[in-house]
Amino acid sequence: METPTTTVPLDSNKIRADFPILQREVRAGIPLVYLDSAATSQKPSSVIKVLDDYYRFYNANVHRGIHTLAEEATAEYEGARKRISQFINANSQRETIFTRNATEAINIVAQGWGRANVCEGDIVVLTEMEHHSNLVPWQMLVAEKDAHIEIIPVTEEGLLDLSVLGEILSRGPKMVSLTHMSNVLGTINPVAEIASLAHEAGALVLVDGAQSVPHLPVDMQALDVDFYAFSGHKMCGPTGIGVLWGREALLDAMPPFMGGGDMIKRVYLREFAPNDLPYKFEAGTPAIAQGIGLGAAVDYLASINMIPIHAHEKDLIRYALERLVEVPGVKIYGPPAEYEWRGGVAAFTLSGVHAHDIAQVLDRYGIAVRAGHHCAMPLHDRFNIVATARASFYLYNIAEEIDQFISSLYEVKSLFS
Amino acid sequence: MDDMYQELILDHYKNPRHQGTLDPADITYEDDNPLCGDRIRIDILTNDDEEVVEAAFSGHGCAISQASASMLMEEIQGKSLDAIKQLKNEDIMDMLGIELGPVRMKCALLSLKVLKVGAYGVQEWVDE
Repeated sequence: METPTTTVPLDSNKIRADFPILQREVRAGIPLVYLDSAATSQKPSSVIKVLDDYYRFYNANVHRGIHTLAEEATAEYEGARKRISQFINANSQRETIFTRNATEAINIVAQGWGRANVCEGDIVVLTEMEHHSNLVPWQMLVAEKDAHIEIIPVTEEGLLDLSVLGEILSRGPKMVSLTHMSNVLGTINPVAEIASLAHEAGALVLVDGAQSVPHLPVDMQALDVDFYAFSGHKMCGPTGIGVLWGREALLDAMPPFMGGGDMIKRVYLREFAPNDLPYKFEAGTPAIAQGIGLGAAVDYLASINMIPIHAHEKDLIRYALERLVEVPGVKIYGPPAEYEWRGGVAAFTLSGVHAHDIAQVLDRYGIAVRAGHHCAMPLHDRFNIVATARASFYLYNIAEEIDQFISSLYEVKSLFS
Repeated sequence: MDDMYQELILDHYKNPRHQGTLDPADITYEDDNPLCGDRIRIDILTNDDEEVVEAAFSGHGCAISQASASMLMEEIQGKSLDAIKQLKNEDIMDMLGIELGPVRMKCALLSLKVLKVGAYGVQEWVDE
């Protein structure tokens, strides 16, 4: 992996002014400190405005309408697809399939590609740090096909234990599906290296990019993977829209996932001919406003530039980890602060206080963190814990918020001691 | 929310009553709330009239789940199994004396669920 070159630092005041919700007080006199962007990000005014504009000025269904509004809506929706494709450096917008979210994108591959290509006895490789969205679709597939799953374990430090990879790949798995960045540990995995080894062994590679596309420069050509899934709402876009990127030849060969309108070229009473890419995988009226909104979100992120965004979050996580270790009883999960490939996520426990209680008391001080297993139960099992509290950062967070978070964490401690 | 961690609840959380296991026990049942990772086991010793002679809880979880289990153990000492079967969710809310949202409600009610499944027996238990 190449180290992104740091450019000019973010203008935090200007960025914070772009997000109206950051003006809100959680309760009277208690401003919002939003440290839950790994769950969903806040939205800039530019994204909120395009959603409003669509419904206010050119609301119409896309693709088949002849009238002016339908043409405008189609142009905006397809324009968004084009800019999203450029944002991830796809070869063509035919490779960019709109889905509801990353979960649906992974299910399209597991159910579409998987059902057609995975047979009895075949191996699908996953990792111990996956979100449930990259475990359950494959568990469903292997149960149906009598195939099986091999797991790349996670080390105590929170990295993938790649020492087992050679042996697993030597057994000829069909698919390696892994996360680009862990939503609990913050670990950024060397997916390009893993993909290259997997390809040599004849496996395809799917990457769950739900936590990476919002936070790092991500380039489909440089990563050289086969499928890539991400969600709009974690990257300043609306909920209800996500992307499956795939290599055109693979997508062409895959059967459709859902049937219905828009995904067909011709329908007869007893059979149909599927549409071309990307529409083949987009049955029914799509999430039009949301697709246009995701286009505005990538415009916003691109205007700031992903390299300084990533650098800013690295500064925040280093500072947060530094401050967290000072708090007696805190245990942090994930790679140490000095590890180069760690994103802005800090999952931790506080001895004697359940994660729910941490989150509940922090809320008194306006601080929004998440508590629980973060849809990664096997990862929590691996560390013999039932729940963690998690603070996660984005471009609009600042060091002062981490100070407030830490001083409130001391309040949590004193309440329960 | 701010009365959620009032003195009474924090006191039961920090100094749980009737915490531990009983051996022998006439009734032992254990369950968890996998979403939060809360886990509660309840052991009960009864007399010939099916009244609780001794009850104890063990397990782990958030302050709300642990405090409600502790309060519930105090509440049922000497009570008949029939009376336990009559306990309602509202009784737990009255004991805790706080308002809870839907997420934390599950934490508060875990011990009651474990207790009632134990009292009815797993076969007879019908979720309300």
